[in-house]
Amino acid sequence: MMLLDLPPELLIKLALVIPIVGAAAIALFGRFPNLREAATLTTAASLLLVVASLTPHVMSGARPEAVDFTIVRGLTIAFKVEPLGMLFALVASSLWLVNSIYSIGYMRANNEPRQTVFYICFAVAIASAIGIAFSRNLFTLFLFYETLTLSTYPLVTHKGDDNARRGGRIYLLLLLTTSMLLLLPAIIGTYAIAGTLDFTPGGILAGKIYGPVVIGLLALYVFGIGKAAVMPVHFWLPNAMVAPTPVSAFLHAVAVVKAGVFSILKIVVYIFGPDFLLGSGAADPFIYIAGGTVILASLMAMTKDNLKARLAYSTISQLSYIVLGALIATKWALMGSGLHIAMHAAGKITLFFCAGAIYTAARKTKVSELSGLGRVMPFTFAAFTIGALSIIGLPPLGGLWSKWLLAQGAMDANHYAIVAIFMISSLLNIAYLLPIPIKAFFGKLPDAASASGGSGGTSSSASLGAAAVRDNTATNPPAVKIKEAPLACLIAIGITSLACILLFFFPQPLYELLAQAPFEFGNDP
Amino acid sequence: MSVLAAAATAPSFAFVIGDHLPILQVIVPLLGAVLCALTRRGSFAFAIAALVSWSLLGVAIMLLWQVLGAAAPITYYIGGWAPPWGIEYRVDALNAFILVLVAGVGAITIPFAYRTVGKEIDEDKQSWFYALFLLCLSGLMGMAVTGDAFNIFVFMEVSSLSAYALIAMGSDRRALLAAYQYLIMGTIGATFYVIGIGLLYVVTGTLNLADLATRIGPAFGTAPQPILAALAFIVVGISLKLALFPLHLWLPNAYAFAPTFVTTFLAATATKVAVYILLRLYFTVFGGAISLSDLPIAEVLLMLSIAAMFIASILAVYEDSVERMLAYSSVAQIGCITLGMAIATRAGLTGSIVHLLNHAVMKATLFMAIGAVVYRVGTSCMSELAGIGRKMPLTMGLFVVAGLSIIGVPGTAGFISKWQLGIGAVDAGLWPLVFVLVGSSLIAVIYIGKVVEVAYFREPGDNLADARDPPASMLIPMALLGAATIYFGLDTTWSAQIADTAAQILIGGLK
Repeated sequence: MMLLDLPPELLIKLALVIPIVGAAAIALFGRFPNLREAATLTTAASLLLVVASLTPHVMSGARPEAVDFTIVRGLTIAFKVEPLGMLFALVASSLWLVNSIYSIGYMRANNEPRQTVFYICFAVAIASAIGIAFSRNLFTLFLFYETLTLSTYPLVTHKGDDNARRGGRIYLLLLLTTSMLLLLPAIIGTYAIAGTLDFTPGGILAGKIYGPVVIGLLALYVFGIGKAAVMPVHFWLPNAMVAPTPVSAFLHAVAVVKAGVFSILKIVVYIFGPDFLLGSGAADPFIYIAGGTVILASLMAMTKDNLKARLAYSTISQLSYIVLGALIATKWALMGSGLHIAMHAAGKITLFFCAGAIYTAARKTKVSELSGLGRVMPFTFAAFTIGALSIIGLPPLGGLWSKWLLAQGAMDANHYAIVAIFMISSLLNIAYLLPIPIKAFFGKLPDAASASGGSGGTSSSASLGAAAVRDNTATNPPAVKIKEAPLACLIAIGITSLACILLFFFPQPLYELLAQAPFEFGNDP
Repeated sequence: MSVLAAAATAPSFAFVIGDHLPILQVIVPLLGAVLCALTRRGSFAFAIAALVSWSLLGVAIMLLWQVLGAAAPITYYIGGWAPPWGIEYRVDALNAFILVLVAGVGAITIPFAYRTVGKEIDEDKQSWFYALFLLCLSGLMGMAVTGDAFNIFVFMEVSSLSAYALIAMGSDRRALLAAYQYLIMGTIGATFYVIGIGLLYVVTGTLNLADLATRIGPAFGTAPQPILAALAFIVVGISLKLALFPLHLWLPNAYAFAPTFVTTFLAATATKVAVYILLRLYFTVFGGAISLSDLPIAEVLLMLSIAAMFIASILAVYEDSVERMLAYSSVAQIGCITLGMAIATRAGLTGSIVHLLNHAVMKATLFMAIGAVVYRVGTSCMSELAGIGRKMPLTMGLFVVAGLSIIGVPGTAGFISKWQLGIGAVDAGLWPLVFVLVGSSLIAVIYIGKVVEVAYFREPGDNLADARDPPASMLIPMALLGAATIYFGLDTTWSAQIADTAAQILIGGLK
């Protein structure tokens, strides 16, 4: 792959500016769908190129910085790329490209309204995600954290009906409430205690606070970052499922939730400092809350018949893996935590893509309706199986490595109960994910769906879905024979499921990147 | 003929405009008001008002420039009479900042007046309208620029009387009642103030603020009661003027029924100047002489501020009229400002002072946006504004931007105020206040969110068939102030940094 040979400072600025320019271009070409989509894809591809070009710099030990703009004493907008942020930016930008391909197929096939606004908000959201990834201090992170919330609100409410409005209301209120009521005071407190908000290897709080204050501050951070969806601040996530599927895929695998867990990870590593957190023991209560979230969310996932809701609860559970790893704070737990950001993203986005493909092709949203569908949509359900196995953590899929490291890290810290939780959760994953493809492949196809109904447009699967004009309002469109989703969707699904497999065989680059992060300073306990 | 005392030592009588900036702040709009009253045509009067407002801003900026470059406050003796016998104008970073704020809001919003006044006010009353506006402007500038306690009262009456008349010109007949309510409450406030000043004069024999500050201390040793009574009268009187909860009752109706331009202008300036007077008297005059921490004023102020931030915000949630909603939101935001005053740390006061500007900018944007809606649709009731966001995209877009600033989203001006107030609270050891502060701004999420849902998630009704964005003369002021809410959230050279200097002046004089 050709990488750009530009100074890293410029690359950082480009990574932040490209999505914004892209948003402007999308707005400009709003009337011409093909040009507009070309703008989206070009933007996504160039962003990925820029972010990828930064990687060698970080790998070679550099920590490039850009922009240093002080608003008022204590509040500075500044960027610095360190390994964790590099990883998050890579995940976000690569999956945005795939998601854009998928969106085009999905949005056109489903005749979604207001597509221009949709793509603009997407671009702004990705710019915010990159801002979070590259932030050099807590304020910059907070700034883009809120921008991300606000820019994704129109995406969640895209359908514009009462349901969407209700979901959007919960989404906005919960995320804003937690971030303003808990996260902002935590940041103000951190500044008052440490006199700085800069992310510093080894943390900035060590030796400055003790005992209950550490626990209190950590509580503000863990629950204030509502995007990480640790119970009880998780319920925005299932409610956000009213959004179109590409949004769900993007929110629940890439930008929003990963921004949340990434923030927690970054705060543990660069604000508290792993050694300090480990020594203080302040994280213990939250480790068990996150552990409880892992199990409870899995159990709730089992009760959900709506496919997207089931995936949402699965996400809540998986996010707490990452939070757990961050809070355990041993070297391997932190490695596993970082790695799980990438592994879970690849797996979960595949699952959401498949859910959207099933909806687009067959108008099915419930698990109980999927019997036999695997035989008409073999590609989709094969991909679903791969994604599911990766989430469960079975070889030969990438999800194995992060779970392995997380369990090892928990053992290092003598958290055997947590190791047990990981094992139980994997079993629960099997219980709520695997029945879906099994039923689809081996179940009986209901008559209504198998009845062939004339020529539903043979070109639709091969033409980016543009030709497939469907009636949105009909609950059971009689004239359309179920077949695979539009080609653009299938391409995206293929890429992400391939990524799940490749991440099993070649996790080394990610591993090397994360190994550079300052996960331990003093002696390994 | 007025001669600057400093210039009197030099034999030259050369008229240097730079030496006379303080008095120009008052004279220019006053003369403009007379000219307006003499014209017949509304558009002539508008032109005069616009020219006056713009040149006034130029004067205010020059004055701020002088003050920031000078080591000591700039003083100006009216008629060459040295204080304490003559009236002294005394400008430091704090009131130079307020002067720029008032003049700036006037200058930026005046184009907005042209269309709305043309629509809401009868042609034969328009020149009177602009005359009153300039009188009000001159009164507000006078309150901010003067260093004399009685002169403050005079200008307070000039601005208030013209404000009553301006509000009464609202096209809704309830405007008369609203103006009457404001008149009663405002007069009580002004009377309390002048009683307080009278008591101080009896005890100290002076009305000059700087002189008062040095004389109250010794007088307090011999006769503390009149001084405490004076302090109580002054604080309560000005609290009425600045609409401190629960003395805010005049405000929602006055804002809701006044002509839209008047609402915008008053909401952004009148209460702000009153806050300035309170800051000046409380910290500089009384604070320099007696130990404020021995008095319960800060505690009372703190409780009332918190009550304002929550109760008024909750009332805003239940308002159907967006104008009244914004009025209650103003009461809540004034609570934020007085909260910083009660905290009385450097960062807290910086937060208060910078919020004077930030709130003025964002609230003016909001009132102009909703004013534009009223201009097109004829109502600000949410029940009739379904889908307005699609019909008036730029207007409602600016409404959302300013609304985010009210909520205090980072990157907007509102966040800077909140940050400073939060740091101030922590510095003062008042940790829980941080949660109070963010808690109240969350209620803003609800009431701003309500408007957003109505504006964007419903299909436009038939009553909005002709609604579209307003003409440029209304849109440009709105966009300028909307951009300013973002600008002041990202660059605080001209807001928080000056506020910090001003806060140090206030804190520095404390005993």
